[in-house]
Amino acid sequence: MSTLFFIQFLNGLQLGVLLFLLAAGLTLVFGIMDFVNLAHGSLYMVGAFFCATLTFWTGSFVWAILLAIPLTALVGLALEVGVIRHLYQRDHLDHVLATFGFILIADTLVHLIWGPEGIAIPLPEFLRGQVEILPGVIFPTFRLVIISCGLLVAFGLYWLIGRTRLGMLIRAGASNRTMVSALGIDIKTLFTAVFALGAVLAGLAGMLIAPITEATIGMGNDIIITAFVVIIVGGIGSMKGAFIGALIIGLIDTLGRSFLDDILKLFIPINAAETAGPAISSMLIYLIMAAVLAFRPQGLFPPKVR
Amino acid sequence: MTDTTSAQLNDYLRAPDLFGSANGRIITLLFMAILLCVPLASYFLGIRLQLVSLDFITRILCLAIAAVSLNLILGFGGMISFGHAAYIGIGAYCVGIPAYHGFESGWLHFPLAIAASALFALVTGAISLRTKGVYFIMITMAFAQMGYYFFLSLDEYGGDDGLTIYSRSVFDIINIENKMVLFLLTYACLVASIYAVYRIVNSRFGMVVRGCQSNEARMKALGYNTYAYKLTAYVIAGGMCGLAGALLGNFTTFISPDMMGWSRSGELMFMVILGGTGSLFGPVFGAVAFVFIEELLSTFTTYWALPFGILLVLSVLFIKGGLNGLIQRGWRRG
Repeated sequence: MSTLFFIQFLNGLQLGVLLFLLAAGLTLVFGIMDFVNLAHGSLYMVGAFFCATLTFWTGSFVWAILLAIPLTALVGLALEVGVIRHLYQRDHLDHVLATFGFILIADTLVHLIWGPEGIAIPLPEFLRGQVEILPGVIFPTFRLVIISCGLLVAFGLYWLIGRTRLGMLIRAGASNRTMVSALGIDIKTLFTAVFALGAVLAGLAGMLIAPITEATIGMGNDIIITAFVVIIVGGIGSMKGAFIGALIIGLIDTLGRSFLDDILKLFIPINAAETAGPAISSMLIYLIMAAVLAFRPQGLFPPKVR
Repeated sequence: MTDTTSAQLNDYLRAPDLFGSANGRIITLLFMAILLCVPLASYFLGIRLQLVSLDFITRILCLAIAAVSLNLILGFGGMISFGHAAYIGIGAYCVGIPAYHGFESGWLHFPLAIAASALFALVTGAISLRTKGVYFIMITMAFAQMGYYFFLSLDEYGGDDGLTIYSRSVFDIINIENKMVLFLLTYACLVASIYAVYRIVNSRFGMVVRGCQSNEARMKALGYNTYAYKLTAYVIAGGMCGLAGALLGNFTTFISPDMMGWSRSGELMFMVILGGTGSLFGPVFGAVAFVFIEELLSTFTTYWALPFGILLVLSVLFIKGGLNGLIQRGWRRG
């Protein structure tokens, strides 16, 4: 039982860091540009497909990731300069609708280019195995790599936002956009850079998960909703909130799915528990979000100045 | 808090006419007549063209009712609900589940659909309306997703695979197994719901709800309990959409959780915006245009979603006031 729990805990952690990669971009784009981007999940999908193709071209998963990152950044750049830049002044409703249109466009373009089937990405030999982390606890190497990648990116973002000039501008932009541009900062370029950064993070998440789930059309459409749950639980615009929110949601979702019916069996009849368990566990993250919004409408860690 | 000019203020206070301008009246009535006559004509003449068939238009009409109900809160109340498809699903399951157990009376199904949807709206609205802006958009979406996963996990009623309704609701005065009767019933429900929204937004209650959209703080300062007003509008819209769901369930005779996924809610929002928010017939124009273009494109190419998505993005960027705005202006500028 405790071994199983530990493994599921790691699985939850892996989902959590993946959600963090997505939520970080969402929360940056929302916090700084006040832009709701439903199509963020499409960048996740695009990253996965780039990675798949490049893995077959270069023959190496690692090279594929290194090459797919700038490509995804380019896609984000083009998207921002082409259309999204013109939407910042509109209200949130227009953001939701326009990016909803983008999801359709992205899904169909991927269908046109890569075909309707999902693409499996073969892992290199050294990532394929399993490791014994603790005595008796065996865990796939690649999932550990995902977790460490995610944590590494989290540290990187912490450094970028807290310690660099770009990060200083990002923080300033989040608290007072008008003032930043009045001080002579090219706010347009800053916005484009932030959007491309978000695209890269989403794309990276897609590249990391694709070897496990395959790159498939519409793979971003479900997880993006979960990522929205994350940033709302964490507090929109807050990087710390996105990180803690992602870990909370990832762990609760994974642990809920594996243990909720066992827990329920302690309190209600077994039959009822087996029916209610899966139902409640799939609704669990939404229940948490509703509860957080009902009692703390600004999220758990709202950014200090908004 | 934006300050409004007196002209804008007049716009807010002016009661929405049933048809808008004189130009709008002609086109709107003509449009509603076409919507009634063309499918009937194609049915009696036996025209085998999907785009004018009775079945296709019935489906559009069901979605139009849902869009009209969403417009009540989105267009007139400024509540951007991203979970409106939940009520379609609830309404449909209120037909499917009793029918599965052998209760086939429409006098049970339809009131149940409306009541269950209104109840869901009451509970979720009471929580959602405590939030504002993007939080409201996302919490309504979250509640709809909860509904989606709830029905998805009901293995008894098909779960993921959906539930087939073997017999449509039984009314003792009309027989909706006949698809022309179902079409006429749906059409009547659409007209009734437009009229209901017309009466609501022109009533004192509707004035308060519209007031909340333009400036909620002022309405509060005037002493209105805006929360209660908005919640009531939210519940009415939910119940109305439940009706649309019951009709749609009867029409398709197959229901699945897919009817209430978040992309369905997005489509409903699109119909309302495309048609023109805050106009009475706008959502009908929007629903017809949306489904029509979707169907038309999908007959030409498998990749219909590409031009469709581009059209959606362009319509957000360039059509101000939706199709209804275009109709009211008579295709002229300004």
